[in-house]
Amino acid sequence: MLPALQTNDTIQAIRDRALWMRRTAFGMVHKAQLGHPGGDFSAIDILATLYVGVLRFDPARPDWAERDRFVMSKGHATGALYTALCGAGYFPESWLESYMQPRSMLNGHPNRNYLPGVETNTGPLGHGFPVAVGIAIAGQLAGADWRSFVLTGDGEQQEGSNWEAAMVAGHRKLGRLTLIIDRNRLQQGAGTEETSGLDPLDAKYRAFGWEVVEVDGHDPEALLGVLGAAPGDRPRCVIANTVKGKGVSFMENQAKWHHGVPNDEQFAQAMRELV
Amino acid sequence: MGHAAPVAKGLKDCREAWVATLEALAEADPRIVAVVNDSVGSSKLNGFQKKFPDRLVNVGIAEQVMVGVGAGLANGGRIPFVSAASCFITGRALEQVKADVAYANFNVKLVGQSSGIAYGELGATHHSIEDFAWLRPLTNLTVIVPADAWETAEAVKWAAAHEGPVYLRLSRMPVPDLEVVDRVFRPGKAEVVRQGGDVTIIANGTVVHLAAAAADLLAGEGIAARVLNMATLNPLDEEAVAAAAATGAIVTAEEAHVRGGLGGAVAEYVTAHDPVPVERVGFPGFLPTGSVDWLFAEYGLSAEGIAAAARRALARKRG
Repeated sequence: MLPALQTNDTIQAIRDRALWMRRTAFGMVHKAQLGHPGGDFSAIDILATLYVGVLRFDPARPDWAERDRFVMSKGHATGALYTALCGAGYFPESWLESYMQPRSMLNGHPNRNYLPGVETNTGPLGHGFPVAVGIAIAGQLAGADWRSFVLTGDGEQQEGSNWEAAMVAGHRKLGRLTLIIDRNRLQQGAGTEETSGLDPLDAKYRAFGWEVVEVDGHDPEALLGVLGAAPGDRPRCVIANTVKGKGVSFMENQAKWHHGVPNDEQFAQAMRELV
Repeated sequence: MGHAAPVAKGLKDCREAWVATLEALAEADPRIVAVVNDSVGSSKLNGFQKKFPDRLVNVGIAEQVMVGVGAGLANGGRIPFVSAASCFITGRALEQVKADVAYANFNVKLVGQSSGIAYGELGATHHSIEDFAWLRPLTNLTVIVPADAWETAEAVKWAAAHEGPVYLRLSRMPVPDLEVVDRVFRPGKAEVVRQGGDVTIIANGTVVHLAAAAADLLAGEGIAARVLNMATLNPLDEEAVAAAAATGAIVTAEEAHVRGGLGGAVAEYVTAHDPVPVERVGFPGFLPTGSVDWLFAEYGLSAEGIAAAARRALARKRG
């Protein structure tokens, strides 16, 4: 059951939401025997923080013009995204049971035409960030006060389209845009640094005209402070240091859990650990 | 690329109709914005930029983010016209066109400028003859290929009013106004340019006036050729193609690759429903160096070339 938001303690509410998201997402992956649980778990604390404590939205009006926008550029992490949207009230928990089943609205990658709360279709990497830049430009042209947030994987930063987007956002000083990089240091086959190294990511973004902040991507208090901070005069890049598979001992820091799926025994053990 | 071909008397550069229409629409509707990849001049948007400096978003030479930004602007409530050389907006940003625009079904208008072989001697990198084959299967995306200045203006107006993704394939090559009385722009419907029942020539874009001239040549030989302006490539007007098949012989003519475009679409339909000879006039692949005029003549995109294709189709006609 989705924990009720009955506490005034936002940090505890984020922790409760994130725990529910991990347990629920892993159940979806276990049932479907499909998914990307490693990347779900590295991103879940970030999404829980955004939807519990940062974003301005109304699940009854997914197309509300004045909403903050969150774009999930790492579209394969649907276990994280769908539980975040469900937890935020966009659709009932029962929908989650259809994850990746025939004609389900919960496709392996998100489709805005299927599911309320999805801002754009993602899946191929390097797409969500440019779209989020367009969203932020729309806000800038309108002088609007809503904000846009986009989450990319770190391996995803190897796609060149991101650097086109980074250049445009820096040039246009899109202060109401926040890019969050899920820096778990693993891509699907190996470490990012042994594949095509990203470091120093912070210096790269600073050179593109961005404000850069590093944060522990599993610490709700730190995340809330950084993601909830007032916009500045430049776009903000939040490098969230994370652990792929965070929360389950046998999954943590294992590239094979990028799209690994649990057997019954592994699922039971994960449920014992995720408490 | 900067040189402008002199426009002969009676011929029009359709880009003038494109910008005049866009500027008028933008005056009336503040949601309309233009997005370009440093293609202000080649898209003829200098006037738009002067009138609406904030509403021209130039992302620089970066087609992937250009199309992605278009989708994001649509998310933010704008109606973006994303304009760039058609070879780059389609080929370079094809996955963005597929995923961010067509699949996501955003209200984005993609405008391919200088399409086909308009860049002539600059060669195959700058030709855009594969775009029909790439874009025609994309769900949700309406593909429109205007044949003259009037139709260009109508297509731009329709695209602005239509809720959904559109690809407008424009040309810089001067063309005459089609001689059709009482014209009404009907998206998804072929326009009859010449009546006839012996053979049907189906053309689009810059080639339609040549198809009409071919029909005039054939008329001198006693052959009544119907000419259809198939301005909407997707969705295809299957009713018109079915009626064309009933004439027993078809020619397709397009400033594009003979595979996968208009000829491919027509051939798909008739082989499935009413097999008749289809002669396809267009380009066979990467082209040798040559001017636009030379390439058109060399590959039969001329009144005589299209008439010859009609004679071949008639020779194959049954009964």
